[in-house]
Amino acid sequence: MTGPDAAPLRRTPLTGVHERLGAVLTGFAGWLMPLRYGSEAAEHKAVRTAAGLFDLSHMGEITVTGPGAAAALDYALVGQPSALAPGRARYTMICAPDGGIIDDLIVYRLSGEEFLVVANAANTPAVFQALADRAGHDAQVADRTADYALIALQGPRAEHILASLTSADLAGVKYYASYPATVAGTRILLARTGYTGEDGFELFTPPQEAERIWAALTAAGEADGLVPAGLAARDTLRLEAGMPLYGNELGPDLTPFDAGLGRVVKLDKPGDFVGRAALAERALAAPQRELVGLVGRSRRVPRHGYDVLWDAAACGTVTSGAPSPTLGRPIAMAYVTPRAALQARQSDQDGEHGRLAVDIRGSAEPADLVPLPFYRRPA
Amino acid sequence: MTVPDELHYTREHEWVAIAGTTASVGITDHAQHALGDVVYVSLPSAGSKVTAGEPCGEVESTKSVSDIFAPVDGEVAEVNAEIEENPGLVNADPYGAGWLFKVTLSASAADELPAGLLSAAEYEELIAAEE
Repeated sequence: MTGPDAAPLRRTPLTGVHERLGAVLTGFAGWLMPLRYGSEAAEHKAVRTAAGLFDLSHMGEITVTGPGAAAALDYALVGQPSALAPGRARYTMICAPDGGIIDDLIVYRLSGEEFLVVANAANTPAVFQALADRAGHDAQVADRTADYALIALQGPRAEHILASLTSADLAGVKYYASYPATVAGTRILLARTGYTGEDGFELFTPPQEAERIWAALTAAGEADGLVPAGLAARDTLRLEAGMPLYGNELGPDLTPFDAGLGRVVKLDKPGDFVGRAALAERALAAPQRELVGLVGRSRRVPRHGYDVLWDAAACGTVTSGAPSPTLGRPIAMAYVTPRAALQARQSDQDGEHGRLAVDIRGSAEPADLVPLPFYRRPA
Repeated sequence: MTVPDELHYTREHEWVAIAGTTASVGITDHAQHALGDVVYVSLPSAGSKVTAGEPCGEVESTKSVSDIFAPVDGEVAEVNAEIEENPGLVNADPYGAGWLFKVTLSASAADELPAGLLSAAEYEELIAAEE
């Protein structure tokens, strides 16, 4: 049900395709997106064993261009995009002056003076505003979200499937690299990135060509077991891969250090950047919380917001939880006190179980603390 | 979505098939489709009493957990043991192999249809309004 003030959901260049495929559609960050086409567990498993095709056109594309673009991004973000070679990409974050995370991002350096910043759909306006505020007069910031469709092809068969549609040397494209390529006859930006824990590609395409490219990929992948995959599978895939999601593991009240991602903060880069003082202090302080992995011992699923218990007393909160199609058991990420994490590891070493649990609607369900990620793709 | 004519329905998307004093209960095709892959079902134990309109179990799917509401008053006579091993039966065959439990109706309930249950036509209207 939508209230009278609710804006209509935005359609992507591929929404018509999802409707024709009979997808269950859902509102997500203001967009009408495919949640799943059939069984989300089957979609998940297809990405792990063959390949999946995702519409990610809701993601925000923001360009930063001009002679001052690299310096502007070094100042605006916690990473150092000026150190990226053209054609390379990096996972990074944009923080508030107090060190709180505004969003996590992938920054692609397309050329010396041209960067593409990919933001989460819900945060795109805030990221655009922050970049525009932080850039000098010699850098132009533009929200180009409507100018791109974004299609992700993910899974062990992705390279094989894409190879039939392009003459580009895919084996030569490293992980976190991007370059212009012709796919199915259309000039696109091709990147070897993803959010599933598998090898794969992301294709930034002209919106008017998206349906045709989607169809070409679908046909090319049929014999390899390629299936369309929705947001439900995307969420369980990223969770198994231990990748954080903004709004769950990341947010304005958390710093990159809280999420165990302090490595993205380049305190040794030259010059000031937004959040530097707060993050430098945070880097030296004793951690207040630790992001951990939990595997449930029962079949009941820990969900976002549930309490984590140590000896029946609350010691943290679940940030994301789902049944893991790969493990066949419930998994979760949670923020817990460093003390609880230490105690759980110690008791595990001692072969003692059952003191760590998740409060699942009033019942303490035992869980084991495990290292992240839950899943790592075979080398 | 399939809505078999011979069944009765609740507003919470359970179906109930009444034969004599026994009521078989499950969740509807519409419900399983909305939930997505069912990974775990918690059922009332055999012999326990259930009350119409009260939660008596849970269905967990990838994205959510939902209560199962008892459609009738009575005592649980049997639960579907297959569901424990293979919760996906609820998705694959919600009106058949995916049944959840059977209730022996209380004496008062057996005489007439429990109040508040919907016919197939009424349930179809309900889910059409939810779309």
